[in-house]
Amino acid sequence: MVALINILVKYLVYSSLVVIMLAGCAISTAEGRSIRVSPTGQIRTVKEAVSLAKPYDTIWVAPGLYRENNIRINKPLAIIGRQQPVLDAGFKKGLFTIEANNVLIAGLTIRNVEESFVQNYAAVRVVRGSKITVRDNIILNTYYGVYIERAESCLVKNNIIRGQAKKESTSGNAIHIWRSNAISVIRNKVSGHRDGIYFESAGNSLVKGNSSSGNLRYGLHFMFADNNRYEHNRFARNGSGIAVMYSRNIHMNDNIFEHNWGAAAYGILLKDIADSRIERNIFRQNTTGIYAEGCTRLEIKNNEFRNNGWAVRLLGSSVNMAFKHNNFIQNTFEISTSNNYSSDNTFTGNFWSSYTGYDLDRDGIGDVPHKPVTLFAYLLEDIPASIVLLRSMFVDLLELIEKVAPVLTPDNVRDDAPSTRLNSLKS
Amino acid sequence: MNSLGKIIKYSFYDTLRSWWALLYGLFFLIIASTLLYFSGDFNKAIVSLLNIVLLLVPLISTVFGTMYSYNSREFTELLLAQPLKRNHIFLGQYLGLTLSLVLSLSLGLGIAFLLFAGTAAESANLFMLILCGCLLTGIFTGLAFLISVLFEDRIKGFGIAILVWLFAAVIYDGLFLAFLVAFNDYPLEKATIGLTMFNPIDLSRIMILLRLDTAALLGYTGAVFNKFFGTWQGTMVSFFALLVWVLVPLLLFLKKVQRKDF
Repeated sequence: MVALINILVKYLVYSSLVVIMLAGCAISTAEGRSIRVSPTGQIRTVKEAVSLAKPYDTIWVAPGLYRENNIRINKPLAIIGRQQPVLDAGFKKGLFTIEANNVLIAGLTIRNVEESFVQNYAAVRVVRGSKITVRDNIILNTYYGVYIERAESCLVKNNIIRGQAKKESTSGNAIHIWRSNAISVIRNKVSGHRDGIYFESAGNSLVKGNSSSGNLRYGLHFMFADNNRYEHNRFARNGSGIAVMYSRNIHMNDNIFEHNWGAAAYGILLKDIADSRIERNIFRQNTTGIYAEGCTRLEIKNNEFRNNGWAVRLLGSSVNMAFKHNNFIQNTFEISTSNNYSSDNTFTGNFWSSYTGYDLDRDGIGDVPHKPVTLFAYLLEDIPASIVLLRSMFVDLLELIEKVAPVLTPDNVRDDAPSTRLNSLKS
Repeated sequence: MNSLGKIIKYSFYDTLRSWWALLYGLFFLIIASTLLYFSGDFNKAIVSLLNIVLLLVPLISTVFGTMYSYNSREFTELLLAQPLKRNHIFLGQYLGLTLSLVLSLSLGLGIAFLLFAGTAAESANLFMLILCGCLLTGIFTGLAFLISVLFEDRIKGFGIAILVWLFAAVIYDGLFLAFLVAFNDYPLEKATIGLTMFNPIDLSRIMILLRLDTAALLGYTGAVFNKFFGTWQGTMVSFFALLVWVLVPLLLFLKKVQRKDF
């Protein structure tokens, strides 16, 4: 009896398995076929494959060189390259233009996109759509790299985008996002464009683990982009550093901003940013670490400012900024403010390498307030040409006199509880 | 060896034999080694050294030059009685003193940097610092000699020499700043480049600062400086200006002693 039941159960299990497998096959054929493109095969161009494909098909591109341009995708498709096949637009128009949902472009090398003043030619251009993924591509010598507009929930991941931009006016951005929502830009390496990563009117997005360096203008540039997060990125040697404007609810944490040297280069230029947090970032060797203009309710916490020209430049219009537990190490000027400075910005518990006070009770908090604005920094805001007297004996003497009897330097910029030990960068 | 060589040799050994030159070299050796040892960062040490060099080298050269010139007055008069060219006597004294000071300075700094050697680029910055130091030595020794022949009275001469040093090291920058404040509404970048040429200490300071990483922090104005001093031509022009600064007091001095009645 028991044996009979056993056999019955086994039979049931096997038959149901078979049914499931059959059903699976049926679904997969209904979902999409695979189309193969290769330089020697039946279908020799991606364009042809795209026109033959039905929605949800997968196009596999075999290794080789394909001279193609202006491929329009208006149905859900996956285009996947094997061993990075090369799609060369030969400096005529762009490569992919996407106007559909659920598109995947992966594993391709795309190069030589035309520069234009009328059309925004790009290696991958999304005109509208959602759930579009662009990943693991190598994009070389393009006008725009990845250009996304009017899109939702897209992912740009693990791409290497390298340009050879020479002039700002004739070059495009590596990753350009416009009027979109919920875009993730993750672990890309971008360089040699006008702006590395550009967001305009694009919110609820995540920019994480990217490296943006050697761009003509900004490594990262966004405006009207609320509720975004920028994490673990590295921005280095960009012509003007980073500029972020007109946005609120921004979180920037664990980024590295370094070597942004130049007459108008900033670690970050903050213009009209509100209700945001800048945490655990490292600002190293920038002309100006943070430049803040018209900012409100910013919390700047646990950052490290090292070897910058100016660690922080606060313009008069910035209010309610809180600087907490940052480390200011070996900056030429720690804080510089314009003379119409408002007083409700606070500094607490920061470590200042130029702090000369003492800590008698050894609780790690200096007993004397630290005033980070030096007389010379103050002078410079008014008379930029006086930088020529940097490190001259006359200026050193002035500083000394000012330290003994402060007359000019603003009294309201000060840290009443400076840390005498380096703050840990973990919050 | 002609008379010029002999006098250079005599002055050179005479200065080196006195404790002054030795102490001078030793001072730079100790300061440079200490800074390099404790800061650990070559460029940062150079910035600190820059301040010391720009302050002390002109001061010591001025003081030493005046003292030497006044103290060797009797010996000079003895030499003048010999069949020697006046130019040789005075040029010889000047070169002998300058060479010994330059030697002390470069040995002092050079040995310290050999002990804590940096990379090639860093060494180039150091070389620039030493070069500027040497030129400053030449300039301020020349000025001191000139002043010492202009004023018979030692105290007066000494006071004026110190004043000249004070003017170049401190007062000039004060006036400079006042000028910048007064004409703030005008584009002053080019004017500031011109004005730095008139003070060898400022000129040396900017040339060295622009070579170090602090250069780019000079903001917009700095970009203008960089465009001038950062180029090969700009460096040549600056060095030429420093050379003019060496030559003008020296030539004036030599011209003055040609006709001076000792």
